[in-house]
Amino acid sequence: MKKFLDRVLGTALLPALSFVMAFVISGFVIAFSDSKVLKLASSPGKFITTALSTVGNAYLALFQGSVYDPNLAHGHGFLQGLYPLSETVVTATPLILTGLAVALAFQSGLFNIGAQGQFIFGAVAASYVGFHFTFTPVLHVALALIAGVLSAAIWGGIVGILKARTGAHEVIVTIMMNYIAGFFILWILKTTTFLRHGRIDPIAPEVNPSAQLPHLAGNNFRLHAGILIALAAAYFVWWLLNRTTIGFRFRAVGANAAAAKTAGISVGYVTIATMALCGALAGLGGAVHVLGSEYALTADIAGNFGFDAITVALLGRAKPLGTVFAALLFGALRTGGRTMQSNTTTPLDIVLVIQALIVLFIAAPTLVRYIFRIKNLKTQEALASKGWNG
Amino acid sequence: MSLELKGITKSFGSLLANDSIDLSVGDGEILAILGENGAGKSTLMNIVYGLLQPDAGEIRVNGQLVSINEPSDALAAGIGMVHQHFMLIPVFTVLENIVLGHEATSKLGKLDLTSARAKLLALAKDFGFVIDPDALVESLPVGVQQRVEILKALMYDAKVLILDEPTAVLTPQETDELLEVIRRLRTQGTSIIFISHKLREVKAIANRISVIRRGKVVGSAEPSASQEELASLMVGRPVNLAPDKTPHTIGEVILHVKDLTISDATGRALVKDVSFDVRGGEVLAIAGVQGNGQSELAQSIINLEPHVVGSMTLEGRELVGMSVHQSLHEGIAFIPESRELDGLISSFSIADNLILDTHREKPYAKGITLSPREVFAEAEVKAKEFDIRAQSIKDPASSLSGGNKQKVVLARELSRPVKLLVASQPTRGLDVGSIEFVHERILAERDAGRAVLLFSTELDEVLALADRIAVMYAGKILAIVDSGVTREKLGLLMAGVVE
Repeated sequence: MKKFLDRVLGTALLPALSFVMAFVISGFVIAFSDSKVLKLASSPGKFITTALSTVGNAYLALFQGSVYDPNLAHGHGFLQGLYPLSETVVTATPLILTGLAVALAFQSGLFNIGAQGQFIFGAVAASYVGFHFTFTPVLHVALALIAGVLSAAIWGGIVGILKARTGAHEVIVTIMMNYIAGFFILWILKTTTFLRHGRIDPIAPEVNPSAQLPHLAGNNFRLHAGILIALAAAYFVWWLLNRTTIGFRFRAVGANAAAAKTAGISVGYVTIATMALCGALAGLGGAVHVLGSEYALTADIAGNFGFDAITVALLGRAKPLGTVFAALLFGALRTGGRTMQSNTTTPLDIVLVIQALIVLFIAAPTLVRYIFRIKNLKTQEALASKGWNG
Repeated sequence: MSLELKGITKSFGSLLANDSIDLSVGDGEILAILGENGAGKSTLMNIVYGLLQPDAGEIRVNGQLVSINEPSDALAAGIGMVHQHFMLIPVFTVLENIVLGHEATSKLGKLDLTSARAKLLALAKDFGFVIDPDALVESLPVGVQQRVEILKALMYDAKVLILDEPTAVLTPQETDELLEVIRRLRTQGTSIIFISHKLREVKAIANRISVIRRGKVVGSAEPSASQEELASLMVGRPVNLAPDKTPHTIGEVILHVKDLTISDATGRALVKDVSFDVRGGEVLAIAGVQGNGQSELAQSIINLEPHVVGSMTLEGRELVGMSVHQSLHEGIAFIPESRELDGLISSFSIADNLILDTHREKPYAKGITLSPREVFAEAEVKAKEFDIRAQSIKDPASSLSGGNKQKVVLARELSRPVKLLVASQPTRGLDVGSIEFVHERILAERDAGRAVLLFSTELDEVLALADRIAVMYAGKILAIVDSGVTREKLGLLMAGVVE
């Protein structure tokens, strides 16, 4: 148990310190970009107190918007105060799945930039099965999820086949396929099958209630069963990587493809299987997002889930558990950021600054090591760049 | 010029790489520094050349204390170095490489090579080198490239020349020529520090020999000392340099290679129409200077090479076209040339490295799930059998020494049913003790009636292990000779000379 704790601490230390640093620096950005604060530059005492209160208010709003808001709890009980937390989880759910899609690829030495496109295919297929058919509730949800998973697995698998057979680089291919997927959804939303009756803007019909994921905490909360699916997927990825022969091969190819090949492991097979599985995970994210919280497919359904996934996987050190925590953190920043923007003078964009700084510090462990004077900080410098060598 | 080192100490973390080392080389003297890989020779020389800073100790040139903080200080003090891996730019000419870092320019900043050219030609003439200043370095043979390195040091008035493992990349003939060059340098008054772990050369060239073991100077010897004496001084215990080879009983043909041609992606043939047989109970050594197609030939046997034409049969079964996995399971054990790159996954545990090939099989796998308990249990057994020295089999392979890494590879490859052992440079970079172990295992396979195909660039290794020797040159097998062949004949063949 102690060993396990050591390991978790060892791997979590760098992300945690990066997190702290990002908040400290973003604090300066918040203070120095605030017009109220800048006006007081001539009187240092007031300047500092105003700056501190501005930053304090911003971060307080960020917290209240993402975890617990006493104002909501007032008169409605403690649980209602946790509404922001439930929203955080809802936002984090698809991000966990797309994050896993990137993390799993990292483990096999691949850089999957394509989670965005894979997400879109999952969402489109799940939406179609969701609104076009009618089945009994549980079966309908299952079929819609499977449709999302399969179509995205094929979409991702194409990348694997192209790489294994022709040597095309997965980074280039996935970027291009994101464009294709992006235009594909624009097009399909204009077809008569997908266009909602009586509407001219690109929005598909809502999925039938039988295909919607059940709510977990009553109808006052949007929290839905998708989080359970996401957590199960994270466990599955962990099990696959650490307890199966397939995962053994994935990791072997990711750690040293030449040695894996010499020992008789087929690198091509691993590449195809990995990309198909990554597609499946991101597609599941798209399906869960549609069936759990959006219900209706729109052109913007994927938001930034596929791209934030890369950051999430990096922050989670490409480990399933780490990815879950990183996705929850990002979910919190996103949800809290909105409250921060509406309740204070600090704009939502500061959240992007925080995210970017976290990644920057993770990518530059030497810097963190220097700032905190830690000698044996466990790092994974190769992670961010490994996929490129493939 | 004389160079004196006193009490040089350097540690990396808890590892004491140099432990108060005292050495000196006098005017026109050749000092050989003998030591195993990891003994601290390179650290010491990097300190002398200013690439590393010592924790303690002093360097004196002609009795004067000098402080060397970077290579330019060393050059200014008259110390030059020829690295094991050449520091030349392949697409530059000889002259351009030599002026690199010391470029003279005209007023308008135009490169002026005239004076450098004159100086280079004069210098080459002094030492009897034939060299074309305008030849591209990449077009020159390795031996000539090395001479460019030496000339570069001499151009900037090196009076003490450090040669770090200079013969590692040379053919036997080139080695002889290099030794001749070194003798000539000595007569002209240059002091030489010659670093090597090859006993024969050290004996042939040195005035004095200092032996380094685990960061300490453990003794010095005269060149007249026997190879066994030098080896035991280097290793710290008696050493058996010639493995006991029992007369062999030749069996049936196991591997039959016919008209094999291997090309690269552009269609250039790297191995051309090669044919040979390996029988059970014999070691066929493929000798040759590095880069003559041996690596590709070795890889092609387990189908790691994509562009292969011809036929290769193992006990009558065609190997060409099989997957790597199939080839290995036909009964081939494969020791790759680079254990770090191709043999092991350094971030994986020792136990996991032992099942890279068989992780899908019982008892390691049940269906698609791995059973760690069986993996560890088997690993313990193999670690004992192959004397793999590690704190735990759960440690990453990167924590092992070179010799133990090779033992992991051997343990993995010899644990499958083996008909043919393909060993590519199996002792490269290993210490003497590990070399003994690897040689014994190879001969044990031969004595058990298996066919052994040994690829080696080390003449001593080839002569010690082989029953027959095939010499590769420019992608072809020039000749297959008996193991009674003389070193000279073998050396000539490796240089491409057939009488």
